[in-house]
Amino acid sequence: MTIRFLLNGREVACESAPDRRAVDLLREEFGLTGVKEGCGGGECGACAVLVDGSARLSCLMLAAQLAGRSVVTVEGLGTAEAPHPLQTAFAEHGAVQCGYCAPGMLMAAADLLARDPSPDREAIAGAVSGTLCRCGGYGKIVEAVERAAEAMRPGPVRKALRKKRGGA
Amino acid sequence: MSRVHAPRGLAELLALRADLPGAALMAGGTDLVPRSRARGGLPEDVILLQDVPELHGITSGKGLLRIGAAATHAALLADPRVGRGLPVLARALACLASPAIRNMGSIGGNICTASPAGDTLPPLHVLEARVELAGREGVRELSLAEFILGPGRTALGPGEVLCAVLVPRPEGFSLQHFEKVGLRGAMAIAVVSLAAMLRLDGRGRVAEARLAWGSAGPAVVRCPAAEAALLGRRPTLSALRAAARHARAAVRPIDDLRASAAYRREVAGNLLLRLADLSSR
Ligand SMILES: Cc1cc2nc3c(=O)[nH]c(=O)nc-3n(C[C@H](O)[C@H](O)[C@H](O)COP(=O)(O)OP(=O)(O)OC[C@H]3O[C@@H](n4cnc5c(N)ncnc54)[C@H](O)[C@@H]3O)c2cc1C
Ligand code: FES
Ligand code: FES
Repeated sequence: MTIRFLLNGREVACESAPDRRAVDLLREEFGLTGVKEGCGGGECGACAVLVDGSARLSCLMLAAQLAGRSVVTVEGLGTAEAPHPLQTAFAEHGAVQCGYCAPGMLMAAADLLARDPSPDREAIAGAVSGTLCRCGGYGKIVEAVERAAEAMRPGPVRKALRKKRGGA
Repeated sequence: MSRVHAPRGLAELLALRADLPGAALMAGGTDLVPRSRARGGLPEDVILLQDVPELHGITSGKGLLRIGAAATHAALLADPRVGRGLPVLARALACLASPAIRNMGSIGGNICTASPAGDTLPPLHVLEARVELAGREGVRELSLAEFILGPGRTALGPGEVLCAVLVPRPEGFSLQHFEKVGLRGAMAIAVVSLAAMLRLDGRGRVAEARLAWGSAGPAVVRCPAAEAALLGRRPTLSALRAAARHARAAVRPIDDLRASAAYRREVAGNLLLRLADLSSR
């Protein structure tokens, strides 16, 4: 079948068996190897992508389920030139050791920050609780998400500027 | 290769279901996909529920909440009628699997999987929820105990779909609690779990108790003797210890890789003791 969807903000279409795993489609048809496969069974969170804004596990999704949706992978979160604040914070705060879990961690964190711009450490730990880091770097990961949340929150200056412009 | 069907409404879904009796229904796929892959592949036909709007809504009716079967755990948690209105269910949803699985998995999938460890089942039992099934012949309603027959077995007919879960609004149950004992903090399958609802009279004595255990038998275990042991008494440690003895006698746990039957039996009773702390607050 032809599957059309929005991938990292771009309209795409590809031919695929409808029951192909979404993780394979994204990696093999689109070269998005930031989508990692760890366990293939929902246990590790490495394959998480954002589907219509919420983190889902691409190893448990079928290609046909992507039709008509908006999918964001770690490659679409930010670019090397203009990284997402989460990506900057992960790099700056030593939240990446081998890096295998990082894409899944970033997706889980992006989902959280979209719903809750000021999460406490407990909320952050809860949000990444389904993503395994076998290097054991959870402390730094939680700290990086905290720093990213701070960077993304409108501070007093940004708030004042927005008010002046008459924005929300 | 499987064929994947994506009906856009309930009528279309029921027609497909009648035409393809061997097809698997798939809501979040978090049970179906890993289970089928372990057995060598998905069935020949898979029918997705994700685009059937009738199965996703949560609506308030006369004294009850009607939860669409394909509503996700995350959607339920985000809805104040569940998050605040049904704390016993909300507590179970909050510790079910992981955030990404809660974004995918549905309450209907949790019920139809009929796992002894299904986390929504003990809360739905104490809430006395019913299930609404639709087929081409019409709609019928069953209690949860009538619907779940054993591990992985339900009363779902060949042409039927679980449409909704009907939850009566609990009146006056000031104490609602769910606790799961697992092998780790996150992503833990229940070793034993307890859902409890207590209605207390003006003097703090138990006027009604509803208790249900998960992972303590082939299906959820209710224990009328333990419930009766609490009636007319304050939920003190000594009253709860008496109820716990009945509970340990009633559960039918198994030995498996997560725990022994003896441990499960012990913990099933001990979980009741927590209610003393909660009611003294
Ligand atoms: C890593 C991992 C961890 C997990 N942890 C937990 C946990 O802690 N607690 C827990 O309870 N569960 C857990 N689960 C199991 C699972 O996530 C839940 O049971 C979930 O609620 C299933 O919902 P679903 O929509 O994904 O079901 P699906 O996989 O889509 O369906 C499950 C079954 O129900 C049938 N079905 C689904 N919807 C309907 C319907 N409307 N009518 C008729 N039949 C239907 C399907 O045909 C299938 O047989 C876990 C799963 C994984 C992979
Ligand atoms: S690869 Fe998908 S959760 Fe592990
Ligand atoms: S950094 Fe290696 S798995 Fe997390």
